[in-house]
Amino acid sequence: MEQKIIDYDFNEETLGFEEPEKAPDKPLGTGEKLSLAVLGFGILMFALQSMGMPPGGTWAGFLLVFLPVFFGTAFYFHLNFKGTVPGIKHDNIYFRGLTNKGVLGWLVGIVFTGFYIALYWFPEYLAGGIKIVNPLSLALSGSPANNWFFYGFLYTLAVFIFGVRMFMKYRHNRYQKIRTASVMFFQLGFAFLIPNLLMLFNQPEFYLSYFWPLKPEYLFPGTLSYFVNHPGGLGMFLIFWGAVMTFIATPLLTYYFGKRWYCSWVCGCGGLAETMGDPFRHLSDKSKKAWRTERWLVHSVLVFIVVTTVLLWVNSATSGAVFGEASMSLKKWYGFYIGAIFSGVIGVGFYPIMGSRVWCRFGCPMAAVLGIFQRYLSRFRITTNGDQCMSCGNCSTYCEMGIDVRAYAQKGENIVRASCVGCGVCAAVCPRGVLKLENGGTFKDRFSGSDKPLGALIDSLKHV
Amino acid sequence: MRVAIIGNGVTGVAAALSIRRLQPDWEIVMISGESSFHYSRPALMYVFMGHMSYKDTKPYEDSLWRKNRIDLVRGWVTEIDAAGKKLIMHEKDPVSFDKLLVATGSKSNKFGWPGQDLGGVQGLYSLMDLRLLYENVKGARSAVIVGGGLIGIELAEMLHSRNIHVTFLVREESYWTNVLPIEESQMINRVILEQGIDLRLLTELKEIVGDDSGRVRGVVTNEEEFIECQVVGLTAGVSPNVALAKASGIKTGRGILVDWSFRTDTPDVFAAGDCAEIITEGEGRNLIQQVWYTGKNQGKVAGEVIAGRHSVYDPGIWYNSAKFFDLEYQTYGTVRNVPVEGEDNFYWEHPDHGRSIRIVTKDGVVCGINVMGLRYSHRVCESWVAEKRSLDYVLDHLGDANFDPEFYEKCEAEIIKEIRKQAA
Ligand SMILES: Cc1cc2nc3c(=O)[nH]c(=O)nc-3n(C[C@H](O)[C@H](O)[C@H](O)COP(=O)(O)OP(=O)(O)OC[C@H]3O[C@@H](n4cnc5c(N)ncnc54)[C@H](O)[C@@H]3O)c2cc1C
Ligand code: SF4
Ligand code: SF4
Repeated sequence: MEQKIIDYDFNEETLGFEEPEKAPDKPLGTGEKLSLAVLGFGILMFALQSMGMPPGGTWAGFLLVFLPVFFGTAFYFHLNFKGTVPGIKHDNIYFRGLTNKGVLGWLVGIVFTGFYIALYWFPEYLAGGIKIVNPLSLALSGSPANNWFFYGFLYTLAVFIFGVRMFMKYRHNRYQKIRTASVMFFQLGFAFLIPNLLMLFNQPEFYLSYFWPLKPEYLFPGTLSYFVNHPGGLGMFLIFWGAVMTFIATPLLTYYFGKRWYCSWVCGCGGLAETMGDPFRHLSDKSKKAWRTERWLVHSVLVFIVVTTVLLWVNSATSGAVFGEASMSLKKWYGFYIGAIFSGVIGVGFYPIMGSRVWCRFGCPMAAVLGIFQRYLSRFRITTNGDQCMSCGNCSTYCEMGIDVRAYAQKGENIVRASCVGCGVCAAVCPRGVLKLENGGTFKDRFSGSDKPLGALIDSLKHV
Repeated sequence: MRVAIIGNGVTGVAAALSIRRLQPDWEIVMISGESSFHYSRPALMYVFMGHMSYKDTKPYEDSLWRKNRIDLVRGWVTEIDAAGKKLIMHEKDPVSFDKLLVATGSKSNKFGWPGQDLGGVQGLYSLMDLRLLYENVKGARSAVIVGGGLIGIELAEMLHSRNIHVTFLVREESYWTNVLPIEESQMINRVILEQGIDLRLLTELKEIVGDDSGRVRGVVTNEEEFIECQVVGLTAGVSPNVALAKASGIKTGRGILVDWSFRTDTPDVFAAGDCAEIITEGEGRNLIQQVWYTGKNQGKVAGEVIAGRHSVYDPGIWYNSAKFFDLEYQTYGTVRNVPVEGEDNFYWEHPDHGRSIRIVTKDGVVCGINVMGLRYSHRVCESWVAEKRSLDYVLDHLGDANFDPEFYEKCEAEIIKEIRKQAA
């Protein structure tokens, strides 16, 4: 053996491969600097106005903050990507603190988490910011802004700002562009404008893009009776809409398109994950252990919400004689632990630590329902291009749902997994063109390999 | 029964897994000096560029090996004692075996260039090379890459991602024209230049020049031009890594000589993957295949033979794929850089130069397809070649082969029109 190689022995597992040295970066262009300055101005305005400086609380104040924030960031992303050749741009992802759980990543995680804690339990700390969006709230919903309006506004803004980033990053990929436009549309229209306008016209605040079991209250007896009794008849329509979406549209659309029709095209949680969450998508845990945890958790949440709903109905049918106390406390418990802590604090707050789809993967009962359909009764699958896979691992690394895509691709098998949200990024990053998302002709030909659903189910039970 | 496998690359691993499937009770020991666990060699570049961490390049969870009772030994084999049925190890106890598979892969070519052993000069094949590159890029501002193949362009991309200015010396008139037809090759030239890489065609390395401390200072080309650089990448191809086998008395040529069931001339010793040279009787040269999928397929067959099956390797219809910066390439069947007698080429290129397709027919039958910037289905293209389809048939069914993501602009109508015009 060559002596040189023997001398060069090292332990790649413990040593790892940190960042190699880099020649100096090109300095930021004038346009980029200017964009950042504009953004900085917006943030400064926000800080000053939330401390009570004029013109906080007026339209002028609102525009002085959010125009610079939006255009500054959007132009920065635009210019940043414009200087590159269209294609997958993942250089340095594992070297940057923000995207590799470094100090900056943790810092952002703490700030996000802190924001959610304030939002749920100490909204008074957000008073300054809430005041700034007040004019918009008055115009849209006719009532003064509260913490939820503030949150909804920031959420939509984030989807739009980072939506611009997605457009630029994936300007070579029409699937990604159309999908991003879709989540932006549904966030703005269905999850922000319509609910607020409904309130303006004295109608119940209703999110047309959320259904039971993600919004469990839409099938709770209390909500239904409130809607039924609501003057104007729109309440009836909303009940009808909710029921149709849950019981008819969900199975039907999932049969034809897979769960992606919802999770990565419509849903607001998905919308944020696919835009602001994109820089963190690779942080999802790919281990088999995480997969096992995921299946247990997400299905437990589903069972929980089904039981709660049933109990509430029994309770309401028996006028509280049966399960009265229990069903109410279950409902509260769900709202606090699942609604607030899981979907908010952990779901978004932990983006820079656990990846962008923690809630969607481990907690969302809607994802669980869609997943069951997708796994057993859908035409959707990701097909593998023959034996072209060279096991590089890009697909698994960038799967936000933590699916080990490579494990299937390197065996030449289709990927038919309950959790796949159909974001299409695995197919986009594959350097060998191996993966393709498809709605095949039937659902019978989906299982190309060892991964037959029944066998897999029995297998997974064995692991318990 | 105890099987030893030298090398934990894709070949060794495919063999180990296929032996385990057929022989649940045999002992299997897999030895490699390079890494404790199997990793994907083609992913080396992504680690360096920060797309993935090292652990992401491992195709299987570490627990797989224990579950399948495949013992892993981290160490270098220094000698194969075929008669004594044992492997002599560097600083480790010998490993005994009943049957042995040699899957030692390839090594980078060096052509005896003056200065090729200077500091800062290296190839790119292994984790050690990657580690060495970490050392070599320290303080580097410019690099020269010699040899215009697949690894050369990957290395260019890697260095480019660290802001190091790359000069790329290509001996041929255009990038990789010893394999690609000129049109495809020129598409890649464009891509290389667009990235700001200084592509020098028809340029050869004459000499690598060092400073007093033995580090590279620059290179001199065949045109007597001096190009200053702190790193030199030698990527003029790879050849089978036969040193160990050869020194141990196993018969070698360019690679380790084996039959179509991967038996060497030495009893109970097998060889497969990049390091093997399959003896082809009659016409034609011996077969050496040095890509990922052939390693996987050869390893699988070798494993079956070792486990006692009568398996014979069938190379099937050739295919491959690569990515040149952002430009994807796939090839199926036989596409030569220059057509031979009886072959016709039909070629379409998108006006934006980002996509192209070439269909090659031999005596009227489709024998090969190249696509650039398009994704085509392996199964479909393979079946056309295997079933000896006519050009007309292929054009009539071209849409079936498209494997691009949903909503992508479909070019098939344009392609068919253009190629029918050429065929008329
Ligand atoms: C940078 C790069 C990119 C590539 N990209 C692609 C691609 O995109 N597509 C493609 O199809 N192919 C690609 N290839 C080629 C592909 O990686 C090889 O064909 C494949 O790895 C060969 O597998 P193997 O198992 O035969 O050998 P190897 O993967 O080389 O494995 C051989 C192993 O044997 C070990 N070994 C050797 N000698 C000894 C000894 N004396 N003692 C102990 N252990 C020893 C080595 O440490 C090594 O781990 C690429 C290669 C490189 C270098
Ligand atoms: S498997 Fe692919 S499409 Fe599905 S969630 Fe993962 S990355 Fe997205
Ligand atoms: S990214 Fe493509 S080539 Fe790499 S492991 Fe995944 S499917 Fe295989």
